[in-house]
Amino acid sequence: MGATQTLHYPELADTPALVNNLLDQIDQLIFTQKLDQPLVIGIHTGGVWVAKVIAQHLQAPLGQLDIAFYRDDFSKNGLHPQVSPSSLPFNINDRHVLLVDDVLMSGRTIRAAMNELFDFGRPASIKLITLCSVNQRELPIQADACALSLDLEAGQYIQLQGPDTLKLSIIEHANHD
Amino acid sequence: MTNSGNLQLTANGELRHFLTPEGLDRLMLERILDTADSFVVIGNQEVKKVPLLRGRTVVNLFFENSTRTRSTFELAAKRLSADVLTLDIKTSATSKGESLLDTLQNLRAMHSDMFVVRHSDSGAAHFIASQVTPDVAIINAGDGRHAHPTQAMLDMLTIRRHKGNFESLSVAIVGDILHSRVARDQVHALKILGCSDIRLVGPNTLMPQAITSMGVTTHNNMDSGIDGVDVVIMLRLQTERMDSAFLPSAGEYFRLYGLTTERLAQAKPDAIVMHPGPINRGIEIESAVADGPQSMILHQVGYGIALRMAVMSMAMSGQMQQRHAKAVNPLSLKREPQP
Repeated sequence: MGATQTLHYPELADTPALVNNLLDQIDQLIFTQKLDQPLVIGIHTGGVWVAKVIAQHLQAPLGQLDIAFYRDDFSKNGLHPQVSPSSLPFNINDRHVLLVDDVLMSGRTIRAAMNELFDFGRPASIKLITLCSVNQRELPIQADACALSLDLEAGQYIQLQGPDTLKLSIIEHANHD
Repeated sequence: MTNSGNLQLTANGELRHFLTPEGLDRLMLERILDTADSFVVIGNQEVKKVPLLRGRTVVNLFFENSTRTRSTFELAAKRLSADVLTLDIKTSATSKGESLLDTLQNLRAMHSDMFVVRHSDSGAAHFIASQVTPDVAIINAGDGRHAHPTQAMLDMLTIRRHKGNFESLSVAIVGDILHSRVARDQVHALKILGCSDIRLVGPNTLMPQAITSMGVTTHNNMDSGIDGVDVVIMLRLQTERMDSAFLPSAGEYFRLYGLTTERLAQAKPDAIVMHPGPINRGIEIESAVADGPQSMILHQVGYGIALRMAVMSMAMSGQMQQRHAKAVNPLSLKREPQP
């Protein structure tokens, strides 16, 4: 893991401003799409932190998903032994769901999360909310609300630190997969 | 972690067969327990299924009857979304004279990914893993008197979830140690996980020779054997042993080694009582204890499914990684030398 750098993206330094930007977009989305009483569901772990802020802002119920059992790289990368349980303390049938992750990269996590969601029921709609997205999409999945889009080089990743103070930064892996 | 010749592990030290806890390190056993913990939660959800083994084929090969073990393995595989085939070998082609090897090769040709093997001969699962189908993940569901690793590990899961850290625990294993395939694996697993006070309790006729070399103490007296322990594991008394010279009578056995409420008072007040089932009420254990607040017997059944889901998904993942590594590593392809 190399040195943290935020040089090319000064916006990253002000994560609270990005979060506020995201909240504005969500308010707009809910208004224009008439999303009545949406549910907020965060993807473990960073997505849950962002989802918490959103749920608080909207006064909406909060759930969390751990998609480890739904991943498509299980046969290649194995299973993470400590999977924190998914908990959706509400019925998602016919409800509007705001699915929240911190970073949208390949889109595979979102694919897995949607698969898992449908094991809990059939939502009326799912909107994807991410704090930032990176130009490495591998699936036709994009965010409905996103505070920042980045062009990263191979080997660079976005990381969200939390949960109390949210802080985005770019990290580099020498041996990226 | 790298693997230095353990058949159960891949070159990178990942689990690819699960035959016995013997030879695995503490980290691996803890990983199995951690993974099982995650699956316990799945069992409490409305949809109890995850897609980890979707598209994989698991064959339950039961050369010996065992309704409980077979049904929990079947349920575990189904909750992982695998396709499951359960073969009752007695009614299959082997009774028409087909050899074990031919049966296995046929199943392999059907692109099976995992065999769950129960056999009355010690070492059967090991033999299949090493000689017959090395590219199919083998889970030992009990072989002869040798091993029954998923039962031993579900007992470890029960202990860890209800008692915590193994290092400070005293554990008594009571009954027919000699004929038990679980007791050996329990001792191995407890040792690996750091438990230092392991007591084997039973009559001399049912105690293996030289067992103390495994680092355990033996006790013929039940009261002193379970004195102050945190965990009492009762073993099933195989009633067929009654006819032989091992035991005088069921009544005599219960008087000396049966777990009653009075006797359980010798253990710590918050001690837990375990039994692999099926229980013989009034022979090994009194109903008041089996159904009492300290009994973990029904918890064990649920944990058994989670534990089996854990080893099945880990072994399948290890096999897949191994296959993947072979497919992408050109050095693993053997080439005939050019003339």
